[in-house]
Amino acid sequence: MKENVVIIGGGIAGMEAAGQLLSLGYNPIIVEQQDHLGGHVAQWHRLFPDMIPAQELVQKLGESIAEANVFLETRVNFVNRLSDGWNVMLSNGINIVCRAILVASGFTLFDASRKEEYGYGVYDHVITNADLEAWLNGSADRRVPFRPESMGFVHCVGSRDMKAGNTQCSKVCCTTAIKQAIEMKERFPDSNVYCFYMDLRLFGKKYEDFYINAQKQWGVQFIRGRVSEVSETMEGRLQVKAEDTLSGRPVKVQLDLLVLMSGMVCNEHSSRMAGMMGLDIDSDGFIRSRDNEYHIVESNRPGVFYAGTCTGTKTVPETVCEARSAALAIHNYLKGR
Amino acid sequence: MDFGFGINRSSTIDLTKTDNGLFRRVCSEEPGARTCMACGSCSATCMASDLSGMSIRKVLLAMQRGQDIRHMLSKCMLCGKCTMVCPRGINTRRLVLTICRLYD
Repeated sequence: MKENVVIIGGGIAGMEAAGQLLSLGYNPIIVEQQDHLGGHVAQWHRLFPDMIPAQELVQKLGESIAEANVFLETRVNFVNRLSDGWNVMLSNGINIVCRAILVASGFTLFDASRKEEYGYGVYDHVITNADLEAWLNGSADRRVPFRPESMGFVHCVGSRDMKAGNTQCSKVCCTTAIKQAIEMKERFPDSNVYCFYMDLRLFGKKYEDFYINAQKQWGVQFIRGRVSEVSETMEGRLQVKAEDTLSGRPVKVQLDLLVLMSGMVCNEHSSRMAGMMGLDIDSDGFIRSRDNEYHIVESNRPGVFYAGTCTGTKTVPETVCEARSAALAIHNYLKGR
Repeated sequence: MDFGFGINRSSTIDLTKTDNGLFRRVCSEEPGARTCMACGSCSATCMASDLSGMSIRKVLLAMQRGQDIRHMLSKCMLCGKCTMVCPRGINTRRLVLTICRLYD
């Protein structure tokens, strides 16, 4: 009989870890509260820097876990500590006894309407990065104009924002903004596309090349300055104000579409679970790894492991690597090593 | 009538009304000019910048914002030090000559 490992969260971290645990000879059980696997990535259009369809990754991961037990639209109701493991009670009435739990509960997208000055949910043509990805994926969105002449991307919405309670950088949005700016330029070559940034944090492989490409080939215009205020003109266009901090002068521009790069914030379900299992919360609000240098996938409790963005903001490759690492850590733990 | 006060002109740059035609013409000949990331290496090393405020970085920015750059390049001595230090590999010396040729 194969040993159970409960995986909380069926995003790419949970899926990758489940695939690895299957090949290591375990019985991974994925508990996912949504009605689909793949989490946020399943809603995404293309992934930087090579622009592979996000669906391709989710599908590949899905094939690798064909033999895993998956409970969709299911939540963890309660977790009990046993003398040698854990008892996990699910909302579908099933109880699972296991020695190892993998928490892969991910992040929540920052609610952009909290930044009132940007007018998300107030003005007709203000959307988020996630809304734009859904539109790029083919879902209809009346907020995206038929033929926009000018568009803007606002970096760091809800990230690096003490007032919003999130001091962390979300890491992926700079590159995502550049990716989306290029994708919009591909669709609307004659449009003006502006990116309003504080810093461009392009740390990953080929991200900087992405930026140079956006500047050189696509003529995306980068303005260093955080958007301070958005209003609507009589004609229904968006009037955006910022400071061009390189010129040291205020700048304003009328746009037909404004995309807010909502950041990653900690998942409130993670905090609930952390409470049930006695897991530490770090000073940034995310779940706390045993340490943030070496034992990222390990927790302060026996048999509880982490993968992905439940412990902090991460890119897709980082998340997938962590999931593999967590699978191995679980394997070693269960083998008593 | 003298009210004893005047009104300052707005310092706001209105990008909707900005004519950056010169910048676009320059970029069609020198596409590298678009890749400037405002690091300031060029101005820091410039022989003329210390005394005259000459800065190729500021010229590039001013062109993008549709501002008058008439007097900004006159102090350039075409020494080429800025080209040597530019991390984006922009041929700034040739860029100065291109801007002067296309400026009308």
